[in-house]
Amino acid sequence: MYQDVILDHYKHPHGRGLRDGDAEVHHTNPTCGDEITLRVRLDGERIEDVSYEGQGCSISQASASVLNELLVGKEVAEARKIQETFLELMQSKGQIEPDDAMEEVLEDAVAFAGVSKYPARVKCALLSWMAWKDATAQVLSERKTA
Amino acid sequence: MTHIPGLLDTDAIRKDFPILDRVVHDGKKIVYLDNAATSQKPRQVLEVINEYYERHNANVHRGVHVLAEEATALYEGARDKVAAFINAPSRDEVIFTKNASESLNLVANMLGWAEEPYRVDRDTEIVITEMEHHSNIVPWQLLSQRTGAKLKWFGLTDDGRLDLSAIEEVITEKTKVVSFVLVSNILGTVNPVEAIVRRAQQVGALVVIDASQAAPHMPLDVQSLGADFVAFTGHKMCGPDGIGVLWGRQELLEDLPPFLGGGEMIETVSMHSSTYAPAPHKFEAGTPPIAQAVGLGAAVDYLTSIGMERIAQHEHALTEYAIKRLQEVPDLKLIGPVTAEDRGAAISFTLGDIHPHDVGQVLDEQGIAVRVGHHCARPVCLRYGIPATTRASFYLYSTPGEVDALIEGLEHVRNFFG
Repeated sequence: MYQDVILDHYKHPHGRGLRDGDAEVHHTNPTCGDEITLRVRLDGERIEDVSYEGQGCSISQASASVLNELLVGKEVAEARKIQETFLELMQSKGQIEPDDAMEEVLEDAVAFAGVSKYPARVKCALLSWMAWKDATAQVLSERKTA
Repeated sequence: MTHIPGLLDTDAIRKDFPILDRVVHDGKKIVYLDNAATSQKPRQVLEVINEYYERHNANVHRGVHVLAEEATALYEGARDKVAAFINAPSRDEVIFTKNASESLNLVANMLGWAEEPYRVDRDTEIVITEMEHHSNIVPWQLLSQRTGAKLKWFGLTDDGRLDLSAIEEVITEKTKVVSFVLVSNILGTVNPVEAIVRRAQQVGALVVIDASQAAPHMPLDVQSLGADFVAFTGHKMCGPDGIGVLWGRQELLEDLPPFLGGGEMIETVSMHSSTYAPAPHKFEAGTPPIAQAVGLGAAVDYLTSIGMERIAQHEHALTEYAIKRLQEVPDLKLIGPVTAEDRGAAISFTLGDIHPHDVGQVLDEQGIAVRVGHHCARPVCLRYGIPATTRASFYLYSTPGEVDALIEGLEHVRNFFG
C-alpha cells in the first residue's frame, strides 16, 4: 500500500499552501478526521492553480500532492477525465491492474492502486479529488450566473 | 518473559477465545488491542447462543408451548444475572436495549416527555462533559434543541481529567439532569462519581452514568454509584452485539413515560388508548434481542467466574506496564492521564507527526489491531488540538507480551515514516 511514490509525495508535497483562488471548499473525512481546504483558480478553461492546506494521513496528503502535480496546467475537460479515471481505480477494490493506457493518464497516481484494496482508506485517497471536483463546479456555476 | 504481579493466568483464559489464535497477513499472530471498541467472545458465550437457537428458540412472554416457556425463562434469567452483576436492588430495574446508545437515548426521551418534576424544558439545564462519547452528547443535544433546555458541560484539564473547579456554576438549581461517563473511552480517565453525584443531589438533578467502558472492566455496583440511571453495552464485556442495558431506579421507571410503543410494553390496548405494563417491560417494546440477552447472561457468568476485582487488578497492572513502555517510545505523547491511577486500560497517544491512520495501518501489517481516529469523542481531539489518536486498549486476556509487540510495532512505524 505504501508505495515509495506515495511516501515521497507525503514527505515532499507539491504545491501545498493556500494561494488565491476562484473558489474554496473545505472537505472532511469524518471516519478519521482528515481535513482539506482547497482552492481552484481557472484561467478560462485552463487550471492555473490548485492550492490546498490540510491535515491527515499520508494517503490523503500524498493524494493532494499528486493531484496538484497532475492537474495544474491542464484543461478542465482533461482534468475531469483524469479525476474520473482515478475514481474508477480507487473504487475497484483492488480488481484493476493499471495498464499502460491508465498509467499514461494517471502518472504518479497509479501508485494508489494498492490503496483501493483497503475500504477504510479509499476515502482518504479521494478526499482532495472530491474537493477539487466540488471547487471546480463552484467556479463554473458562478461564471454561469455572473 | 516479563513478570508483573497481579496478572491473571492469561494462558488459561486465552484458550477460551479461539479468535486470539487467528493468524493474519501471512503468518502474523493477531495482537488484539481494540477491546474498547469491542471485546472478543469466549466459547462459553458462543456455545450458549448456539444452544439457544438449536434447542430453545421461540418468542418470549406469549406462547404457551414448551419452547416459548424455555425462551422466556432464559431471557428473564439473563435479566436476573445482569441485576446481580450490577447489584441492582430489583431485577425489574434492568431494561434490555440494543446498546448503550439506545439506553442513553431512552433516558433522554423519557425526560423530554415526562411530566413535572422530571420534565426537561426551556427553563432547565442539562449537564454533560467534554469527554463524552458521541452517544452521550448527541441525545442531549437533541433533547436541548427540542425542549429549549440549555446544554452545559464540564471541560477538561490538560492532564485528561474533568475540570470540576466550577462545579457549583455548572450544576445549578436549574439543572434537571447530569449525564457523564464513568470511564472515558478515549482518555481512559476514571471519573470522580461521588463529587458529581453529591452536587447533583444537592440541586435535585437526576444522574445518568455511561458505564460502557466500566462494566466490562471493574466491579459495577449501581447502588454505591448513587446514580439514577446507568447505561452499558453487552458486546464490550464478552457478550454479543445487539444487547445493551439501562438500569434505572424503580420509582423513576414507574413515573416516567415510555418512549417506544408496541407489543410487550402494554397492559391493555383499545383503539382510543392503552395502559402500560410495569417496568421493565414498559420500556421493551416489540420482540427483544432474546439470544443476545441470553448471550449477555452467559458473558456475565463468565466474567463473574473469573472475578471482576481480579480483572480490574489485571488491567491495572497491565496499564501501568504499558504506560511505562509507551513513554520509552521517542516522540510518543499520551493523551490522557500519564499514570495508571484512576485510569482504565484504554490508552490513547500520538506519535510525532505521523497520522494515526498511518500508525494503525502499519501496525495492522504486523498483525496488531488498534483503533485510530477520534473514537466517537471528537470534542476531546478538539480540546487537545489533535486530529485523531491511536488507541490501544486491553482486556482480561491481554498480556505483557502484547504490550511489547505494540512497542516494537511502533518502532517499526517510526522507522517507516521517519
